[in-house]
Amino acid sequence: MTKLDSKIPQGPLAEKWTHYKEHARLVNPANRKKLDIIVVGTGIAGSSAAATLGEMGYNVKVFCYQDMPRRAHSVAAQGGINAAKNYKNDGDSVFRLFYDMIKGGDYRSREANVYRAAEVSNASIDQLVAQGVPFAREYGGTLANRSFGGVQVSRTFYAQGQTGQQVLLGCYSGLCRQVDLGTVTMYPRRDVLDIVVIDGKARGVVARNLVTGVIERHAAHAVVLATGGYGTIYYLSTLAVNSNATAAWAAYKRGAFFGNPSFVQIHPTSLPVLNEYQSKLTLMSESLRNDGRIWVPKDKEDKRHPNHIPEEDRDYYLERRYPAYGNLVPRDVGSRAAKERCDAGYGVGPTGLSVYLDFKDAIQKQGKKAIAAKYGNLFELYHRVTGSDPYEEPMRIYPAGHYTMGGLWVDYGLMTTINGLFAIGESNFSDHGANRLGASSLMQCAGDGYFILPYTLSDYLAAEIRTPHIATDDKAFEEAEKNVTGRIDKLMKVNGRKTALSFHKRLGNIMWNHCGMARNEEGLKKAYDMVEELEKEFWKDVRIPGTPNELNQELEKAIRIADFFGLAKLMITDALDRKESCGAHFREESQTGSGEAQRIDSTYSYVAAWEYTDEAGTPVLHKEPLVFENVELKERSYK
Amino acid sequence: MKLRLKIWRQPNATEKGKFATYDMDNVSPEMSFLEMLDSLNGTLVEKGEMPVAFEHDCREGICGSCGLYINGHPHGPQKLATTCHLYMRVFRDGQTIVVEPWRARPFPVIRDLIVDRTSLEKILVAGGYISVDTGQAAESNTTKIQKENADESYDSAVCIGCGACVAACKNASAMLFVSAKVSQFALLPQGKVEAKRRVQRMVARMDELGFGNCTNSYACEAECPKGIKITNIARMNREFWKAKVCGQKTV
Ligand SMILES: Cc1cc2nc3c(=O)[nH]c(=O)nc-3n(C[C@H](O)[C@H](O)[C@H](O)COP(=O)(O)OP(=O)(O)OC[C@H]3O[C@@H](n4cnc5c(N)ncnc54)[C@H](O)[C@@H]3O)c2cc1C
Ligand code: FES
Repeated sequence: MTKLDSKIPQGPLAEKWTHYKEHARLVNPANRKKLDIIVVGTGIAGSSAAATLGEMGYNVKVFCYQDMPRRAHSVAAQGGINAAKNYKNDGDSVFRLFYDMIKGGDYRSREANVYRAAEVSNASIDQLVAQGVPFAREYGGTLANRSFGGVQVSRTFYAQGQTGQQVLLGCYSGLCRQVDLGTVTMYPRRDVLDIVVIDGKARGVVARNLVTGVIERHAAHAVVLATGGYGTIYYLSTLAVNSNATAAWAAYKRGAFFGNPSFVQIHPTSLPVLNEYQSKLTLMSESLRNDGRIWVPKDKEDKRHPNHIPEEDRDYYLERRYPAYGNLVPRDVGSRAAKERCDAGYGVGPTGLSVYLDFKDAIQKQGKKAIAAKYGNLFELYHRVTGSDPYEEPMRIYPAGHYTMGGLWVDYGLMTTINGLFAIGESNFSDHGANRLGASSLMQCAGDGYFILPYTLSDYLAAEIRTPHIATDDKAFEEAEKNVTGRIDKLMKVNGRKTALSFHKRLGNIMWNHCGMARNEEGLKKAYDMVEELEKEFWKDVRIPGTPNELNQELEKAIRIADFFGLAKLMITDALDRKESCGAHFREESQTGSGEAQRIDSTYSYVAAWEYTDEAGTPVLHKEPLVFENVELKERSYK
Repeated sequence: MKLRLKIWRQPNATEKGKFATYDMDNVSPEMSFLEMLDSLNGTLVEKGEMPVAFEHDCREGICGSCGLYINGHPHGPQKLATTCHLYMRVFRDGQTIVVEPWRARPFPVIRDLIVDRTSLEKILVAGGYISVDTGQAAESNTTKIQKENADESYDSAVCIGCGACVAACKNASAMLFVSAKVSQFALLPQGKVEAKRRVQRMVARMDELGFGNCTNSYACEAECPKGIKITNIARMNREFWKAKVCGQKTV
C-alpha cells in the first residue's frame, strides 16, 4: 500500500520554500530539451506552468478540450487575485495572508503549502503586470486594491469584474510566445481520458480527438494535471458547463489518492434558480459585498416590493449576526446564513429561495457613477439575465456550487501518489482546507504554475535525464487505450431512451440536496443509494446517437457524467466519514448553539486521502495528520 | 412561444451542408438561446437523431466559445450580447429564426454550427505577447501607469476572441481583433519595446491566413458583443506605419 508522505521540508515555516529551492535537484539546459512534459489543462494554472516550462527549455505538450487555451474556465473568474503586497499599508504581510487562508480554510489545510502560496503571491502580480495585464490603477498610476470576504485588509488586485479573463489572457500570451518559439505544442479539442503508468511512473495520456473521434496516445517523462474543479457535479453551478472531473478521476483510478473530495464551496452570491430550463447559475462577484448589503424582510408575510420595505422592516442578517465582518463574512458562513433564512421561510422571490443584495445605500453615498465604475459590467449582466435593473431595485441572489477545495492529493512538491503525475491549480486539494477565501484561487493557480511547479518538476526530472523518449507502443499504452475504447463502446451500446443531460440534472439534484450546503448522516446514506440507482439506470437507458468516430457532443457528455457517478459516491463517503463540521462541510450533527460549524480537532484534524480499490469495492481511507506549529487552532469567529 | 428554426446542418468539413427546419412549440421567453437549443437537442436525441452541434462553455459571455449567426447577425439581434446571453424574450411568437455558423474563409466549418477559429490564435502566436520570462519582472509599482491609459488598455483587452467581427465583415477582415491586441499593448509602457515587431508580424500573419482587408464598413464594431471600438483599428494603422517608416525589418 502506498504510504502517504507529504514531504514537507524541515525548518521554520518562513524558510521551508527557500530551503527546498536551494536543495532541489536541477536539470541542465542541454538536458531539458530531451525531456517531454504533458500539461493537461490551459486555465491559469496550466497555461502559466506550460509557458514557464517551455521557457526553461523542456518539450511541452499542452491539452485542452476547448478550441483554444484562452477559453478555459479561468476566463470567467471575476473579482480578483490576492497578493501580500501591502500597498495599502494596512498591516498586510505574507504571514497575515497565510494566517487568513489557514483560518478561512477552518484549519484543514497544510501550513507549509499555504505559507508558500502566500510567499510567491507578490511575484505573480509582478509577472502578470509585466506581461501587460491591465489591472485597475489609482490616479497616481499605482495598482489599485479592494477587499474580499473573510479578511480585514485590501489585498485584492482586479481588472473590473473580469480579472480571470485578464489574468488568463496574460498567461495565454506567454503560452503563445512559447508556441511561436517552438517549445510548446498545442493539442486543443482533446479529451484526456486515461493516464498511462509504466513501472509506477506516469508516462503519458490517452486522449480522444473531439473532432475526429480518434483515440490518441501521447507519451512524456512526466504528466501535469491542471484540469480544474468539479463543481459541475451539481449540474447547476457557477462553473463553465463543460467543466468535469474525468482526468482527475482517471488518475484516481490509476492510483492517485483523492483528497477531501467532499469539500465544496457553495458561493453565497449567485443568481437564483429562475426556471426549469436554466443551464447555468451566473455568479455575482463577491466584490459586490463591498458595497451591497444583504437582507430579507423581518416579517415572513411581508410581500411588498423591496423598494417599499422601510429600513426598520429589513433584517440585515449578516450585519446582525456578524458585526465585525458584516457582509464580508467568508463564503461558507454567508451561504449558510442565506440558507438558514430561506429555510426559516424568510426567502424572497417566486420560489422563496433567494435574498436581496441591495446597493441603495452605496448609490446614495457614492453616486451611481462610482458604483457603475466598480461594478458596471456585473450590473449589466444581472439586468440582461433577469430583466431587472439593480440600479433601481435590489438584486436577488442565492448560494450556488462554485469551487472544489477537494481534489487530487499532492505532496509539498505538488506530486500525486503516482510518481511523475503532478496536479496544480483547482485540480489539487492543497491550499484551501475546508473553505477557500475569495481571490485566492487565481493566486494559487498562478503561483503553482509560474513559481512552484517549475522547481518541483525539475527536481523530479533530474532523475529522468537518462530516460529516452517514451515510446507509445508500450503494453501500458495498449491497455489504457483498450480501457478507453472499451468504455466508449459500452456507452454507445446502451442505446436507451434518455439524454445524458437528463441524468446529469438528476444527479445534480441529489448532490445539491444531500451533499451540498448542509449534510447529515441519514441524508448522505440515502443519497448514496440514490446515486447507485441512478448510475444503474444510466447504464441501461442513456442514449447516444451517432458514432464515436466523429464530433459527438452527446458522447462527450456521457463520458463525463459516467465518471461523475463514481465521484459523487466518493464525495458522499468522505462526507460521511467526517462527522465534524468544518468550513464548507457542514454536518448538521456538529454545530454550536448559535448554528456555527463545530470542528472536532481531536478526531478530524487530518486530510482524508482516498485510495481507489476497484469499481465495486470501497475506497481505502488514508489520513494525513495536520500539524499546526505556527497558528493556534481556534473557533473560527467572524463576530 | 412557437418558433420555426432553420438551422444549418453539416456532418463534417468535407460533406455539403444544408438547412433543416424544426418547429418548436414550447419555447419559454425566459430561456437563453442556447437553452432553447438544448431543448431542441433533447428532443432530437430522444428520437435517435444527431443533435445540432454548437460550441459553448461559460454561458456567461466571457469565454468566447459560443457564436451563432442568427437572422443575419453574429450573436443575433441583441447589441452587446454573446449568443449565450441572448434571451428568447427578444423574439416574437411565431417567428422564423435562421441559425448559421460563422461564414468566413479563415473559419472552416467543422460540424453544423461549429467552425474552426484557430486562425485567430495563429495571429496571436505571431506577436500577441510581451516577452518576459517568468521571474524576471520588476516590482510592479516601480512603473506608474496613467489610470486613463490602463483603463483604455483594459477596454481593448476585453476582447473574447469569438470572431464575430470577422463573421460580420463582408471581407472577413480580422482588423478589429488584431487591433484590439495591438492597442492593449501599445497603451502600456511594457508593450513598447516590441511594438514595431509585434504589429508587423501580426498583420503579416493575418494576411497570410486569408483574412480580408478593412474597407471601413464598421460592421465589426456594430456586432462586437464586447463593445471593442473601431478606434483601435486607427491606432493599429498608426503603429503599423510608424514601424514601416522606422524601417523595422524583423517581420
Ligand atoms: C464564476 C467564477 C468566478 C470566479 N472568480 C474568482 C476570482 O475572482 N478569484 C479567484 O481567485 N478565483 C475565482 N474563481 C475560481 C477560479 O476561477 C478557478 O478556481 C480557477 O480559475 C481554476 O483554474 P485552473 O487553472 O485550475 O483550471 P481551469 O481554468 O478550470 O481550467 C481547466 C483546464 O483543463 C482542461 N481540461 C479539463 N479536463 C480535461 C480533460 N479531461 N482533457 C483535456 N483537457 C481538460 C480544460 O480544457 C481547461 O483548459 C471563480 C470561479 C468561478 C466559477
Ligand atoms: S458560452 Fe462563453 S461566451 Fe458564450
